[in-house]
Amino acid sequence: VNESLLREMIPAVIGVLVRRGADFASAEDAVQDALVSALHTWPEREPTDPKAWLVTAAWRKFVDRARSDSSRRGREVAVEAQPAAGPAPQADDTLALYFLCAHPSLPSASAVALTLRAVGGLTTRQIATAYLVPEATMAQRISRAKKRIAGEQLDRPGDLATVLRVLYLIFNEGYGGDLDLAAEAIRLARQLATLIDEPEVAGLLALMLLHHARRASRTGPDGRLVPLAEQDRSLWDTRLIEEGVGVLQQALSRDRLGEYQAQAAVAALHADAPTSAETDWVQIVEWYDELLRLTGSPVVRLNRAVAIGEADGPRAGLAELAALDPALPRHAAARAYLHERAGDVAAAAELYVEAARAATSVAERDHLTRQAARLRQLPRDA
Amino acid sequence: MSAAMSRTATRFRPWGVSGQDGPHEAKENLVKYLLLKHYRGAPAPASGCAPMDQWTPAEIDAHIRYMKDFATRLEGTGEFVDAQGLSPDGMFVRYDGEGRPPVVDGPFPETKDLIAGWMVIDVESQDRALELAGELSAAPGQGGEPICEWLEVRPIMEAPATVTE
Repeated sequence: VNESLLREMIPAVIGVLVRRGADFASAEDAVQDALVSALHTWPEREPTDPKAWLVTAAWRKFVDRARSDSSRRGREVAVEAQPAAGPAPQADDTLALYFLCAHPSLPSASAVALTLRAVGGLTTRQIATAYLVPEATMAQRISRAKKRIAGEQLDRPGDLATVLRVLYLIFNEGYGGDLDLAAEAIRLARQLATLIDEPEVAGLLALMLLHHARRASRTGPDGRLVPLAEQDRSLWDTRLIEEGVGVLQQALSRDRLGEYQAQAAVAALHADAPTSAETDWVQIVEWYDELLRLTGSPVVRLNRAVAIGEADGPRAGLAELAALDPALPRHAAARAYLHERAGDVAAAAELYVEAARAATSVAERDHLTRQAARLRQLPRDA
Repeated sequence: MSAAMSRTATRFRPWGVSGQDGPHEAKENLVKYLLLKHYRGAPAPASGCAPMDQWTPAEIDAHIRYMKDFATRLEGTGEFVDAQGLSPDGMFVRYDGEGRPPVVDGPFPETKDLIAGWMVIDVESQDRALELAGELSAAPGQGGEPICEWLEVRPIMEAPATVTE
């Protein structure tokens, strides 16, 4: 079985059931059941028309469940076992599912899980494994999310910003067990870009492609983090970079800038530089200015300070940092880096230790500890 | 290649901004927390409750049921990850050189800290982790009164985010 082909059919199959009169929550459950059966039985005997098989299997599961529910309640079944051929499913269904699964009323983690299941066609078990929680916990998270959006119609326009944020969260999760969440997020963003013509969708897709292109160089053989300046640029995927740059340029040409386009522009400028020393930091600072205007985010301010440190010298960067809340994530790491650039090795080592204490991942903590150790090995007068 | 690159670069110059909606930070995923229950080593419980072996069987049952119900409820909210109890009979083990068996010592009755068990939860904020730890600490003890034992709450390290720069 081509599992990715199977997964691509899931949102359309949910759409068919909903059009036949099933509510979204029941339809989604039934399709999930059919998907799990397909994963079990298809390796032995693949149907000639996989989508028709899925629709039939899912509809049967839906009817069975509706029957047992209604007999429990002592009421008549309202659904027919053999439905009349419904209206042809439309591509719209899939777009509507993106909006519904990332509904603004849902907590991010629930929206992520529901999107991966109903739009991504992943099983609850795969999602649970990727996020390191028991399957029962993930099943409950999804079922609560569906209850929360039970009253929502599938045909209403949704909030694109939350859809993009959900896809970005999935991308940022990276690898989750056997599942390549970054690749999955790119697949979903690509699909979304074919369904809706908005520069920010393209901006997010470009951002993902440009970061994904550097993936092989971001970690060393033992899983250690390799900072951008030290990455082996020959490992960067030039095909993905080319695609990302192309998608971004087309989006920017429409003159409706948004935060994902601006972030992608920063990523493109990094990808553009043949060596770390040739990075166009002046332009990167300008993009951070745009990003700051768009978001007002303190995290952007911090990144901008580091970029200023590269463009105008470490003292200028440190001056910018001094105006920021030291409690910001990676504030100590940024200070450590700029102090090292300014030649203040002793202070930099102290700050790397402080940054390591504040790290929220083991890989990052080890990286920062290694930086402190490296500086402390330097001859005293270096 | 580099000609194409520089052309790209000039076309990246920012221009007028037409305004878009609000700020978004990428880090909104759930964080896992470890709730640690200590046999010894935590501050004395606020209730001054006697050790469990001095309770009535019904009090012990009520306590255990509370813990189970708590875990079940968290499974229902999609926040439960794991819960385990630990036997107090631990041993200390260390390497003792090439070709020699490891040295095994203990249990040391005087060891200051002794972990009784843990629960791992997956929640959207530190406030939520503290709220849940507070509820867990309200498990009934003698006379059905909350034992108010101290629980240690520790964030678990995450995977590094893809986009950090």
